[in-house]
Amino acid sequence: MSSEIFVWPFNLGLYFILIYSVVRSTVWFRNLSRPDKLRLQRGFFGIPFMQSIKEIFMESLLHRRIFKKNFVLGYMHMSLAFGWFLLIVFGTIEADFFGEKHLNPPSHAIFFRAFNPDHGAVGLARAYTHLMDFLLAFILSGLLLAVIKRFIPSMMGMKKTTKHTWSDRTALLSLWLIFPSRLLAESFTCGTYGSGGFLTGNLGAALASFLPAAEIAPWFWWLYSLALGTFFFLLPVTRYFHIPIELLLIFMRNSGITTGDKSSSYTEVQTHACSSCGVCIGVCQMSYAAGINDIQSAYFIKGLRSDRDIAAITANCLMCGRCEEACPVGIELGPMRLIERRQGERPDTAKRFLERYSLTGRRSTIERESTQSYGYLVREEAESADVLFFAGCMTHLTPSVISAMKKIMESAGVRYRFMDEQGGVCCGRPLMLAGRDREARELINHNSDIIWKSGARILVTSCPICYKIFRESYYLEARVMHHSEFINLLIEEGSLRLGYLHRKVVYHDPCELGRGSGIYEEPRAVISYVAELQAVPEEGTMSLCCGGSLGNLTLSSGKRALIAADAARSLTMSSPDELITACPLCKKTFGQATGTRVSDIAELVAAALPKPVKKSRGRPARVTTKSLNHG
Amino acid sequence: MKGASKHVIVAGGGVAGMEAAGSLAEMGYRVTLIEKGQDPGGHLLQWHALFPDRRPAEEVRGYLRKRLNHENISVITSTVVEKIRHHGHDVIVNLSGGTEERADAVIVATGFDLFDAHRKEEYGYGIYDNVITAAELEEMFSMGKVAKADGTLPSRVGFVHCVGSRDEKVSNNHCSKVCCVTAVKQAIEVRKMLPACEVFCFYMDMRMYGPYYEELYRESQEVHNINYIRGKVSEASVNISNRLVIKVEDTLAGRPLKMEVDLMVLMVGMEMSKQGAGLAVASGLETGVNRFLETGDHHYGNNVSRMKGVFYAGTCTAPMNITDTISHARAAVTETVRYLNGR
Repeated sequence: MSSEIFVWPFNLGLYFILIYSVVRSTVWFRNLSRPDKLRLQRGFFGIPFMQSIKEIFMESLLHRRIFKKNFVLGYMHMSLAFGWFLLIVFGTIEADFFGEKHLNPPSHAIFFRAFNPDHGAVGLARAYTHLMDFLLAFILSGLLLAVIKRFIPSMMGMKKTTKHTWSDRTALLSLWLIFPSRLLAESFTCGTYGSGGFLTGNLGAALASFLPAAEIAPWFWWLYSLALGTFFFLLPVTRYFHIPIELLLIFMRNSGITTGDKSSSYTEVQTHACSSCGVCIGVCQMSYAAGINDIQSAYFIKGLRSDRDIAAITANCLMCGRCEEACPVGIELGPMRLIERRQGERPDTAKRFLERYSLTGRRSTIERESTQSYGYLVREEAESADVLFFAGCMTHLTPSVISAMKKIMESAGVRYRFMDEQGGVCCGRPLMLAGRDREARELINHNSDIIWKSGARILVTSCPICYKIFRESYYLEARVMHHSEFINLLIEEGSLRLGYLHRKVVYHDPCELGRGSGIYEEPRAVISYVAELQAVPEEGTMSLCCGGSLGNLTLSSGKRALIAADAARSLTMSSPDELITACPLCKKTFGQATGTRVSDIAELVAAALPKPVKKSRGRPARVTTKSLNHG
Repeated sequence: MKGASKHVIVAGGGVAGMEAAGSLAEMGYRVTLIEKGQDPGGHLLQWHALFPDRRPAEEVRGYLRKRLNHENISVITSTVVEKIRHHGHDVIVNLSGGTEERADAVIVATGFDLFDAHRKEEYGYGIYDNVITAAELEEMFSMGKVAKADGTLPSRVGFVHCVGSRDEKVSNNHCSKVCCVTAVKQAIEVRKMLPACEVFCFYMDMRMYGPYYEELYRESQEVHNINYIRGKVSEASVNISNRLVIKVEDTLAGRPLKMEVDLMVLMVGMEMSKQGAGLAVASGLETGVNRFLETGDHHYGNNVSRMKGVFYAGTCTAPMNITDTISHARAAVTETVRYLNGR
């Protein structure tokens, strides 16, 4: 029987995908930076390896994260992945234990029934056959859900699902065919020989009662082998490539490799580890609030994979980070998009191909031209201060936030200097979000100089956009604090005396402060101290974007307004007296989108100050006039 | 008289409503004018002088009052029209206070609201003392004194054009048409009142579309030395001496500019009135993307609604100056009479 040629489609496919995976992994490994190579090597022989094995078991086989989000979807993934895994493991044991000899080629386990048609009539072998039938039934139940999901996504609690390419469709069809054809092949064989477990045995007997089982069986064994072979061959060009690649991703991530700011093997691995599950589409506000359905991370990654020009997709994103938070594979979608923005336009594939193999060996991406220069910036003399307050460009557009901060700091007796009172220079984050790192660096150097010279111990900013870049891309001695953290510190220190406002308020987490910088608790502590804070539907890590994001320079005002209105509706569902945020941009955006009063956290706290500070004609009481006479 | 038995309700007692009521009454129709304020007159009540010739606003107010003083007109004040509906051939309007009025036709003349300058927080209206709107400056003219909040005289005044007009960020893409020439007029008046005071206008375009507007603009530069800087003001703040600091890009010189002023005047634009918008929603009248009432045809049906017997007059359809508002109101009367005669 070992000369049966029907196993060859399977064999070829299997050997192809194994060799392909090894070669691809080797290339990726070679292209890793030296530190990342070391990380990976160290990771393979230490605790990270065990972590990875555990994570693979929990996520790639059991799909714990998907289970948490959606039980039926989790069951579907688990039955297919874990069921198939067990079928292979137990099939290999079966072939090894009950077969003619030990250490069989893989095909012997996969096609065990074809080679041992009358096996499993009595005793332990019979019990084992029942087990194998049970596993097959387990997988088939998952497959049934998968078919339902494809045609009626809403039945599985899916809002949106990704569109398939032709290769995806063919691979999907072959994947769907694998298990039903195995069922029928085994059943017809068992029907012929009167063997089999509760599923294949009974179904086989029933089919054999009116069909020529012996003649039909080989056809289904062929179909089974072809389906497997086709699936393996197509794997590298389909979304299903994520199945093997995710394992590699888990190893790399647990070894401590991160996306960084340049395209690398790791970004490529992440690109291929995306399963196009569509979770990112479901959580994207641009999709459900503004009706834009072609720019979500799944499509962005698909574009990266297919090497198309995706500049428009790359640019059209709020960079709010909700999809990254929701991604079941844990792909670093924000950094991936930023890398692509930095690269600028991609030449089309044909041009890239020519360039890659041409003798001149030009780079395949167009280098961004950089003509901007900030030579005209005036270097200001820095005055020393304990606390340096940097309002930021956006806060200058909401002067009420500035005056509230002044009142608060004066009331607490803070010796501070207002760094950009007479107008300052941008922090650089908007340029960075647009992929213009070099220009951003010039601004960073300019501001760093002022901050260093001031000798301040604390740098306070009212803008989460500035806050994020101060923390991440500035090299500073001063402790960087968002004003919500700073006010919280003042309250904890006891230097701020505040009354209690009898107002019901809700809090909106700004993207750059919450997901971007992990500041969730301090603003809530401050608000709860002065008012009654109510819960909102989506908060914390899954809080909504206001729609005003600087991360997107292509979105129209109309679409932004739709996103803002939708987010405002969700936030004000409990009809609060006030909507509190901690970002001047969110404040401005929501101000146009809702009838509810929108305030910054600083304004709320300033309203709770015991008695209004005597109107001082704009002259802050505790700031030395010396420090302000400049400019 | 032929029309004596016919009754027309005019919703809104501003320039358009008063002119329409006057014309209809003159032709023998019975008119009921519904005014939300205590007196008819609308925004014109707050105005001191009018462009382009700076004639006293009182002259036009007087003309309109005389129009309204007719036996066929009854005026109901402190009342708004909440809903318009049909009942057979009649049009029924629901008034605030729960009463109903029956009419043969209705002219909607609910006018405009001035843009609420608080919505452009970056200009500091309501936050800094010396940021005022064009309407507030006009009141200062009526009082005969232009001064800062502390009572002292300003030595430099800045006019900020297009506040709430042509501004996507506040969802107003439309041009309010009259603010440019109003700024020119007010700038001249400031200079005449305070000869030592410098005046700057910050503009995107100078839209001098009406007769004698361009002449006024030229005069303001040649005779009154008013400075025009092309660039939209991005933000305002106060400095240590409590002067306002305006940040603007001088787009002709191609460089950023910071300027200190004592008084900043926001040329607030026109928006669909809240009351008119409420009426439109309640009655099913169509509004356009600019939120003003959508007329039957932009060219030859600009007074016609899509509801039988309901006509539009004045700035409830689009921003316009007083001249155009009066013409538009007369045209609405023509359409109304044509409808009533043909019924």
